Amino acid sequence: MATVTLKPTKVPELIFEGYSITPDVFAGKTAAQIAALPGHEGKIHVTIGDFFTVSGNAGATAADTDIVIDGDCTRVKYIGSKMTAGTVTLNGNADMYVGGWMKGGKIHVKGNVDSFCGIQMEGGELTVDGDAKNHVGCAYRGDWRGMKGGTIRIKGSAGNDIGTFMLGGTIIIEKNAFIHVSTHAEGGTVIIKGDVEGRVGGQMVKGEMYVLGEIKFMMPGYQKVDTVEKEVDGVKARFDHYIGDLGERHGKSKGQVVYANLYVKTAA
Amino acid sequence: MASGELIIRGGFIIDPTRKIDGDAGDVAIKDGKIVDKVSSSAKVIDAKGKVVMAGGVDVHSHVAGPKVNAGRLLRPEDKLLSGFCRSAMAQKNGYRMESGFSIPSVFKTGYDYARMGYTFVMEAAMPPLLAPHVHEEIHDTPIIDEAALPVFGNNWFVMEYLKNGEVENTAAYIAWLLGQTKGYGVKVVNPGGTAAWAWGLNCLNLTDHVPFFEITPGEIIKGLMEANEYLGLPHSIHVHQNNLGNPGNYPDTIESLKIAEGVKTKNKFGREQVLHSTHLQFHSYGGDGWGTFCSKAKEVMDYVNKQKNITIDLGCVTLDETTTMTADGPFEHHLHGLNHLKWTNVDVELETAAGIVPYIYNKDVLPNAIQWATGLELALFAKDMNRTFLTTDHPNAGPFTRYPRVIKWLMSKKAREATLATMKNSDKVVNATYIHGVDRELTLFEIAQMTRSGPAKCLGLGNTYGGLAPGMNGDVGIFDLNFKNMPSDAEKIETAFQRAAYFIKNGEVIVKDGEVVSHGHKKTVWVKVNMPENPQVTRDVSQAFHKGTYTVQLENYAVKDYLAPHPYVINVDVEA
Repeated sequence: MATVTLKPTKVPELIFEGYSITPDVFAGKTAAQIAALPGHEGKIHVTIGDFFTVSGNAGATAADTDIVIDGDCTRVKYIGSKMTAGTVTLNGNADMYVGGWMKGGKIHVKGNVDSFCGIQMEGGELTVDGDAKNHVGCAYRGDWRGMKGGTIRIKGSAGNDIGTFMLGGTIIIEKNAFIHVSTHAEGGTVIIKGDVEGRVGGQMVKGEMYVLGEIKFMMPGYQKVDTVEKEVDGVKARFDHYIGDLGERHGKSKGQVVYANLYVKTAA
Repeated sequence: MASGELIIRGGFIIDPTRKIDGDAGDVAIKDGKIVDKVSSSAKVIDAKGKVVMAGGVDVHSHVAGPKVNAGRLLRPEDKLLSGFCRSAMAQKNGYRMESGFSIPSVFKTGYDYARMGYTFVMEAAMPPLLAPHVHEEIHDTPIIDEAALPVFGNNWFVMEYLKNGEVENTAAYIAWLLGQTKGYGVKVVNPGGTAAWAWGLNCLNLTDHVPFFEITPGEIIKGLMEANEYLGLPHSIHVHQNNLGNPGNYPDTIESLKIAEGVKTKNKFGREQVLHSTHLQFHSYGGDGWGTFCSKAKEVMDYVNKQKNITIDLGCVTLDETTTMTADGPFEHHLHGLNHLKWTNVDVELETAAGIVPYIYNKDVLPNAIQWATGLELALFAKDMNRTFLTTDHPNAGPFTRYPRVIKWLMSKKAREATLATMKNSDKVVNATYIHGVDRELTLFEIAQMTRSGPAKCLGLGNTYGGLAPGMNGDVGIFDLNFKNMPSDAEKIETAFQRAAYFIKNGEVIVKDGEVVSHGHKKTVWVKVNMPENPQVTRDVSQAFHKGTYTVQLENYAVKDYLAPHPYVINVDVEA
């Protein structure tokens, strides 16, 4: 394994589009070659070296490459996007699209991330120690093909539109979320360990949702069917089990209609 | 227009207008026009070992207007497929950002056409009421000269006049509307069917009744054809026939084409056809359902080949994820019912409608693969390539940026077979189509006919575009292909046509080594008919506005001159 360390040297005046900061692009390159990799600041063509010092050469392949970013990237987008293997560790915050379209490998952000982290993700692990803004693991705007696989773990809270059009994979929000969870989803699992404002599972066709706190406003298209004992992400509890969205189309499996399942922790 | 002199030396010239097929020679340009010779101080471009053709002419493409823009709004995700469009070169050359794939931004549209050596593009469907938007977008599209065809096939005035057999009034209305919209000719989309759509209905064949108007699609096509020839417009009627996209529609297609039988053209622009049938691929299907769906390209082309006064364009399926958009509103609703993807629909009062649905042409889905074969077969069965034009009905069957790929398939049986072999149902495709049994490979000369001389002549622009004869526009594409030693790898044909070595427009170098180096000087081409006033039409039109049938005032209807600031006006004089 080879480690490439990026150290921020200046804050971009606009936003640095760091679409080259992935193990896949770095693989097989020396520190000097990595510093010369392209990026954009607005319409202006810039390089990684314009905003970071680079030390260490990359491994031969993405899987052999670890990227450590030592500092704040509040104004850097697309870190680890489309990566297939290797790791990215960020000791600070990141802007939008962290791990967007990623297929494999691991990303660990020790601060907060902005919106669109892990959108249309297909595999791998994305962990954020702080909070995420909106559109965690969502489909791209307009697209009807959402997250397919992998795991996103937000240790803090998240905003709205989590897992929209989700087809597979797991999203865990360890604190609270705002509105629109798993809208239009046809698969996958979303676990929210804190409270949710509302609009959970609107137009959802298939998939699982777990809420360990409270849902302030429940969707009218959900019906409680029973109460079950379950273990979710290391927490054992009793849940009220709802099915829905009853206003949406649903497929059948072995003669049974398949609904989306919402499990809300039973009030003590 | 560049005032300087330019000479393109030593290329293999392919110019069907002068029957030149690959002879090495020079092309001289002075003051933006092709000339016999230039002085020794002329700028020299070395084209040795490369193919030299006139600038391309696209007869049918949806590149500007409210429908295209609605498509961009409906599909923000289309820009994920933009590809590499932010090169360092772009910044160096000072040109604009590009985005989008099937519904590219105006800049990408202009640049990509230029990179493929195209100089003229016809926007294929302009809703008259929304013509100002069409012209604003045309003006914002750099480099390429453009014109737009207003739609007439479901227009209330036209249907009223033709119900009563009033061809002269129809002609006078067409003349008025072309002037108001700065339009180019007469587009007919699903005649009667789109009007019926306002009642939730459609017209699938030529004898269906259009509700309320008591007219049939056949009568609309015939009447508009007569009115078009009465005026002697540069272009013929441009018809998107009824029953598009449905299995077993080919007899309806041939019936529509038969309306042209015996009709003679009357125009001063060198045009020979009286009907242009567009995106014929969508109209050449057999079978009685999707299970028995098959190609009837041969049957349709057997008719087209012997009926000399019609022209066609292909509408080739390119097997991409694209966005369908047409004034055929009922068809788009039908398509949405088939693929369940998002759908939007717009009604344009008194005139037309439009629908938009994303569509993924998947080579492993049998009907899509058959559509792919059908489009190519039309060209391969054609006898007169000067009447057969290359299009993808952009973006309906695929984006225009795939023209080079279609050229590759047409020029190489090996490339066709290679694509066929990757299809999941290739055996079934072979059974339902003709493509596997066709050995024909088109020549560069035939490609030049299909993309240059043919469409230019069909549009009545044969003396300006589509050739390299002295006096014509100094628009030249130079492609990195050795005519004497064509590559055995067909991929190289696609690459060469995707990124021209040079594209010169009006004597100015626009593209060099496949990259845009200048925004050029684009023009908007439109047709102005000069004829005596027709009092009845004037009264009918003013009543429609003043009685409130239209929601706008007459004085706000016309396209103002400032919206088309670089006009190239073609005058048509009609005597009383």
